[in-house]
Amino acid sequence: MIDFIQMIVSGVATGSTYALMGLAMVIIYKTSEVPNFAQGEMALITSYFAMMLLTTMNMSVYLAFFLSFVFAAVLGAFLEFAILRRAKEPNILGMIVITIGIEMVLLGFVSWKFGAEEKTIPFPIGPYDGFIFGDIYISKLDVLTLLCALFFMIVLYLFFKFSKLGLAMKATQQNSVAAQIVGIRTNRIMMMTWGISSLVGATAGLVIAPTVMQPFMMWDPMLKGFAAAVMGGMTSLPGAVIAAYMLGIIENLFGGYISIEFKTVVAFAIIVLVLCIKPSGLFARHYVKKV
Amino acid sequence: MDMKRDYFEDIQLFTSPVVFFWFAVLIGSLYLLPFFVSNYYIYVANYIAINIIVATGLNLLVGYTGQISLGHAGFFAIGAYGTTILMLKAGLPFIIALPTAALIAAGFGFLLGLPSLRLEGPYLAIATLGFGLTITQVIGRIEYFGGRDGIHVPDINIGSWVIDTDKEFYFLLITLTICLLLFMRNLIKTRMGRAFIAIRDADIAAETMGVNIVFYKTLAFAISAFYAGIAGGMYAFVLKFIEPEIFTLLMSILFLAMIVVGGLGSMMGSITGATLLCWLDLKLRNILEIPHVGEWLKKLSENWFSLTGVSNIQYIIFGSIMVGIMLFEPLGLYGIWIRTKKYWRTWPF
Repeated sequence: MIDFIQMIVSGVATGSTYALMGLAMVIIYKTSEVPNFAQGEMALITSYFAMMLLTTMNMSVYLAFFLSFVFAAVLGAFLEFAILRRAKEPNILGMIVITIGIEMVLLGFVSWKFGAEEKTIPFPIGPYDGFIFGDIYISKLDVLTLLCALFFMIVLYLFFKFSKLGLAMKATQQNSVAAQIVGIRTNRIMMMTWGISSLVGATAGLVIAPTVMQPFMMWDPMLKGFAAAVMGGMTSLPGAVIAAYMLGIIENLFGGYISIEFKTVVAFAIIVLVLCIKPSGLFARHYVKKV
Repeated sequence: MDMKRDYFEDIQLFTSPVVFFWFAVLIGSLYLLPFFVSNYYIYVANYIAINIIVATGLNLLVGYTGQISLGHAGFFAIGAYGTTILMLKAGLPFIIALPTAALIAAGFGFLLGLPSLRLEGPYLAIATLGFGLTITQVIGRIEYFGGRDGIHVPDINIGSWVIDTDKEFYFLLITLTICLLLFMRNLIKTRMGRAFIAIRDADIAAETMGVNIVFYKTLAFAISAFYAGIAGGMYAFVLKFIEPEIFTLLMSILFLAMIVVGGLGSMMGSITGATLLCWLDLKLRNILEIPHVGEWLKKLSENWFSLTGVSNIQYIIFGSIMVGIMLFEPLGLYGIWIRTKKYWRTWPF
């Protein structure tokens, strides 16, 4: 029983990182219908930026993190402005290729600058600090990840539901021409979306960085986050979060009880099964395509 | 300019004796190539030819049928492992093992094609991506397939002809590549090819016209996987040693990059794209040895970046090429070629 609870707990912790990445991807997909494969690497470069500020410039933690968040938001907005907006005749394949291209550039840049070896970031909470409740061990970092995920979930939910900007973002996604007619600056909305999304993704990067920090650290969270977003329906924020926690928990239980070896791929098997039954995800309203 | 007046004109391979002549010259020079260049360039040619096969297959799926696949490294791995295992463990001769392995890959392609009937866009991307990752994980865990340590690939022998040099392998591979390319070229011009294109352009409209979507979509996946399987099988003999870590997501991405750079929905596109990216890939592996640029990069890396990570410049270059092509010339190198041709044909105007 203890094992079971322990697995659920660590499943929730992994699920939180997936949830953050999933949220970040959903935000972009919601407004611009771009599946952003560069999300992970945008978070990666932000984490390395934070590391650089903390180690070579000896900044205080709060200032460094604040600057990294600013950096993440600016990076996201810049990528939208400089690259995504310039795409001719955008279609889904083109967008996937562009974001993969951005991903490779960022990945190459980071591994050129910092090398492939493992780095450590002087994070205020160490990866092995934790609490013990009875027989269950909870690491402080996991709690922080969970709190971040919950925080962003609630804030984003309220943002899209009640704020004017959130409403404008929704309108842009549903019909960008009509949104323009009623006076929404859709270009600016897109930029903001990318900025916000990059910020959410960067949070995931920063909480993963203390445990593992090397150029490929964001691949697994990014792919699983993307998988969760797809499973949740790609446009639904709560859907992505629920799917992310499901994936995290199932993955850990599978690893614990059935086979630790296939732990990392079980998520994709689930995805394919879910998509076979519900092609547009668990929580999306199914739409019928018009010719 | 290029008006087609009847069906025969559309399907014929050689529009004029001149075209036939140049085609014969090209084929002849491909066969004579190994007698004039060093061993390294034969290796390069083999590497390129294998990637051309994959790119052609992938282009049928992505460029002609309009589906997305980020899992072709999976089929590639099935082909490589299938051929090796069938030859080593089942003792089959190469000439049977290679097509069998490719058919197994095609079977997996068919299976992956089934969910694709209901998926599109990012949903399909993640499903195929998951497939590619799963295959390498599964292969890596099975001891029978050599597990994590990898497996040695035997020499090819066809009858009494034992192929153990790059040169002999080149003749086999180039024959295979030409056959597969001609087959693909003809396939696209037939009823099937037109059905694929119809599905890409408007699948619902195609269905209304009587195109069997279920059949053709899964067929596109199967054929594409078959090509990747053949290429994978041949790649095993180039490497002489295979392990699961070779067939990564990055490889799938590279395959996709080849056809995007070359041009979606064109044979020339797959060939040029694969050639360009493979050549760049091989060149950029030893980036510091390139004259002039290498020294400058070394200095730059020492001052601003790290010298150990300098080979990662290839990611930067590939990424920039992908982004640049999509931004400035969505039709790829083939689009540039078409534009140049048009410009010169109508020249002073």
